Amino acid sequence: MGTERINDTRRNFLRKSAMLAGTLLATSVTKPFTAVIFAANQPDKTKPWYGIGIDIEKCIGCGNCAKACKLENDVPKEPFYFRSWVEQYAIKNDGTVKVESPNGGIDGFTQTVAAEDIFKTFFVPKMCNHCAKSPCTQVCPVGATYESPEGIALVDDKYCIGCRYCIQACPYGCRYLHPVKNTVDKCTLCYHRIKKGLSPACVEVCPTGARIYGDLNDKEGLLNKFLKEHHCHVLKPNLNTGSKLFYNGLSAEVR
Amino acid sequence: MEHLYEMLKQVDGYIYPNEIELHWGILIVLYPYITGLVAGAFILASLERVFKIKVLRPTYHLALLTALSFLIVAILPLVTHLGHPFRAYEIMTTPQVGSAMAIFGFVYLWYLMVVLLLEIWFDYRHDLVVWADQSKGFKRRIYKILTLGVTDISPKALAWDEKLGYIVTVIGIPSAFLLHGYVGFIFGSIKANPWWSTVLMPVIFLLSAMVSGIALVMFLYMIISWIRKVKIDMACLDEIGKFLFMVLILDFTLESLDQVHRIYEAEESFEILHMLVNGKLNITLFVFQGLMGTIIPLVILGLFRMYLPKEKIRIPMYFLVSNLVLFGVFFMRWNVVIGGQLFSKSFLGFTSFKLGMIGAEGFLMALVWMIMPFLILSFILWLVPPWKKHSE
Repeated sequence: MGTERINDTRRNFLRKSAMLAGTLLATSVTKPFTAVIFAANQPDKTKPWYGIGIDIEKCIGCGNCAKACKLENDVPKEPFYFRSWVEQYAIKNDGTVKVESPNGGIDGFTQTVAAEDIFKTFFVPKMCNHCAKSPCTQVCPVGATYESPEGIALVDDKYCIGCRYCIQACPYGCRYLHPVKNTVDKCTLCYHRIKKGLSPACVEVCPTGARIYGDLNDKEGLLNKFLKEHHCHVLKPNLNTGSKLFYNGLSAEVR
Repeated sequence: MEHLYEMLKQVDGYIYPNEIELHWGILIVLYPYITGLVAGAFILASLERVFKIKVLRPTYHLALLTALSFLIVAILPLVTHLGHPFRAYEIMTTPQVGSAMAIFGFVYLWYLMVVLLLEIWFDYRHDLVVWADQSKGFKRRIYKILTLGVTDISPKALAWDEKLGYIVTVIGIPSAFLLHGYVGFIFGSIKANPWWSTVLMPVIFLLSAMVSGIALVMFLYMIISWIRKVKIDMACLDEIGKFLFMVLILDFTLESLDQVHRIYEAEESFEILHMLVNGKLNITLFVFQGLMGTIIPLVILGLFRMYLPKEKIRIPMYFLVSNLVLFGVFFMRWNVVIGGQLFSKSFLGFTSFKLGMIGAEGFLMALVWMIMPFLILSFILWLVPPWKKHSE
C-alpha cells in the first residue's frame, strides 16, 4: 500500500512537471508575438518619465528654439532638416488656413496674409512628441531606434540601416535622413544635456518661457503643475501615439 | 542637395519641413512589384500541381522558374536603397520582432530556400541526373553539382521526388500568400499615413500580385513559344486568361471597395486625398492603373468569356492584355508607394517627385533591376529547359 502511494505521487509529480515544462515551452514560443501588442506596454512609474509642455499663448515666433537646436545638435543647416521648428498659422476670415515655416522659423516670420483677412494667427513650435507608444520605434526592423528608460525616443546612428521606415511611421514629420551619415536623425530632447541636469537647448533659450520639460512621474514637478493649471491637448490624439508633448492653447486647426 | 532646393520651389501648400524629400522612390516601387510577380507566378504553377488543372501543364515549369528568377532579384533594389546597405544583415541577426519589416528576411529566405528551390529541385532531379550523363564539359559539371549527389533514379526514388515536391507545393501556396500579403502589411500598418493605412492593403496587394504574376507568365509563354517557333497551346492560354479574368475581377472589386469606403467615411484626411487623386495621381491612377491596367483587360477577357474569336485575334489580344496588366500593376505599386508620400502628414500640402535618369535611385537603375530577372530566366531556361524535360 505504502509503495503504491509513493508511485502515485511520483506519477503525479512527473505529470505536473511535464505540464509545467509544456506551459513554459508554449509561453516561450508565443513570447515574441506579444511584441505585436505594442501599444499595451505601461511605463515604469518609479523612474523619471519625461514629457514636454508648450504654451502656445506665450510663443512669439522668434525661432530661437529652432536655431539653438540646430547649433546644439549639429543639425545640417539646409532648410530640409529639422529636429525642432516653428509654424505660423493664419486662420483667415473665410475659414481657410495658411501655414508657413520658412527655414523652420529660424530667421523669424513675416505675415503674408493681409491684416484685414486674418481671423486669428498664432505660432506653433514643433518637435518630437516622444510618444509613449511611439509608432516610429515600433517599426524599426533592427531596433536601432528605441525608447530610453526615461521615455525618450532615440536613434543609434551606428546601428541604423537607413531604411527610413520610421520616417514613414512618424505622424508628425519629426524625423529626417541625415545627408552625411545616411542614418535617421531626430530630437533627443537634448539627452546629453538633461542627463547632466541641464535643460534642452530649446527650453533654455526660449525668451518667454513658453517651453518646459519635466518628469511626468513627479506629481509635484513643473510639468505636472503646468498640466494641472492649463487645459492641454496633444497633436493627432486619434492616432493613440501616447504623445508626451502637451500644448496649451492648441487650436483645432493645428495638425 | 540642389534637387531639394528645386523641390522646395514646387511645394504646394504647407508641408512639414522634413517632408520635402521623398524617402521611398522607384526602388521601393519595384520591391512590391517584383515580389508580387513572384507570388503570382507561383500561385499559377500551383494551380496545375495542387489543384490539378492539367490544361496549364505547358506553363507549369515556366511559372516556377519565372518565380525563382524574379525572387532572386526582389531583394536587391531593397538592399541598395538602404542608407547603409552593408548593415542589411542586421535584419537577420537582430530583428526587432515588433516591426513588420523585420520579418522580411525570414519570409524571403523561407520562400526561396524551402519553397521554390526545393520544389524546382525535386521537379528537376531526374532530368539533372539524365542530363549530367548525356552532357559534356562545363554543363555536365553544373548538372552534377545541381543533383547534390543524389543520383538515384529508381522508380521508387522518383515517386518520392513527386511526393515530396507535392508537399512543398502545398506548403508553398500559403507561403506565397504570406510573402505578398505581408508586403502589403508593411504599408497597410502605417497609421500615420491614411493613404496606406487600410486593413484591405494586404489583400489588395495579394490579389494584384496574382494578377501581375499570371499576366507575366502569359506574356513569357507567348514570347518563348514565338522564339522557339512552336505552336502556342491555346487551351492553356485560354485557361490562363480565364484565371486572369477571375482574379482581376476580385482585385478590381476590392480596390474599388477600399476607395468607396474611404470616400463614404470621409475621415480627416479626405480632402487631401481627394486632391491627391484628382491632381498628382490623376494620370497614373485613373488612366494607367484604372483604364489601361484594369478596365480594358477586363472588357477584353470578359468578351472572350462570351464569345471566343479565332486564334489569330486571341493571341495578339492576350499579348496586349498581359502587357496592359503588367503596366497597370506597376502603376498600382507606384500610386501606393509614391502617392502615399506626395501629400504632407499635416494634410495641408504636397511635395513633388521627379524621377531622375541616372543615380542609384534613377530610372536607368530601375530598368537594370527590371531587366535582370529576364536575363536570369533566360540563363535558367538555357540550363534547364522545361521543354527538354525527361518526363514531358
